[in-house]
Amino acid sequence: MQFELNGEVTRVQGPLNLSTLLERFELQKRRVAVAVNEMVVPRSRFELYEIHEGDRIEVIQAVGGG
Amino acid sequence: MSGSYRLGDIELESRLIIGTGKYSSFEENRRALDASGAEMVTIAVRRVNLRERGAGSLLDHIPPDRFRLLPNTAGCFTVKEAVTTAQLGRELLGTPLVKLEVIGDKQTLFPDTTATLEAARILVEEEFCVLPYISDDPVACQQLEQIGCAAVMPLAAPIGSGLGIRNPINIRIILESVEVPVIVDAGVGTASDAAIAMELGCTAVLMNTGIAAAKDPIKMAHAMRLAVEAGRLAYEAGRMPRRLYAQASSPEESLIEVR
Repeated sequence: MQFELNGEVTRVQGPLNLSTLLERFELQKRRVAVAVNEMVVPRSRFELYEIHEGDRIEVIQAVGGG
Repeated sequence: MSGSYRLGDIELESRLIIGTGKYSSFEENRRALDASGAEMVTIAVRRVNLRERGAGSLLDHIPPDRFRLLPNTAGCFTVKEAVTTAQLGRELLGTPLVKLEVIGDKQTLFPDTTATLEAARILVEEEFCVLPYISDDPVACQQLEQIGCAAVMPLAAPIGSGLGIRNPINIRIILESVEVPVIVDAGVGTASDAAIAMELGCTAVLMNTGIAAAKDPIKMAHAMRLAVEAGRLAYEAGRMPRRLYAQASSPEESLIEVR
């Protein structure tokens, strides 16, 4: 399966939900928010959201800004 | 100091809102924040760097339980980008507040007024507490108020320029045109600029570079705190009328005579 993660093409074998994806990148405990195809997915739904072929996933965090 | 004010449902005492960008470290940022006395800080949302995840987090130094976090949509050039960024900011920080920015031009960072109005409409509909960055345009400010924004935030000069209050007349007209709080956002370069904004009657001042790019950001943060307080007090006190000619302060009668 192929999808886009923060603008980069990413390939994985087999099914993957958002929760497992974040674990792979050691982000499960970090304060992040996720949008898939421009729709925000609440943290409570990470485990329920199965990533689909071609999904565009954005994982964001708070940074300094004005 | 002189009373609290409200942004939507949120009550604030400090009339200084500061940014968290451009500091040399999280520690410096936090020290400047403490020196400024600000209760509310702006925050940007950006992609997590998936290769370098080790760096500390801004929120470790600016804990959300101690400060009001105001996520922004800085860097967004379209309605869709701004709306999605606002939604992500709300999910990330658990706040309905959003500093809405829809930029129309890369060099000046002036806002795209049409897009800002459209994005504001969508976000108000989604029950955000929208604080829009906008040109010092009284008509646009009235329209944003009509849409239901909780405040209007006209620029005083281009973002990061430090050029000060370039058009105090327009800021005054905006103050007379809307009933929601007017917050000068962008352009403040030094303490006197902040005082001028407050003396005009603005509810608050939002700044980032004016503090972060000072030689000593912590000292400047303190200066800004005092300037905002002084400007607000002067506004409430009501300044004396300007006169063209002198008027003696000491009695003009009973002077001694010398021969």
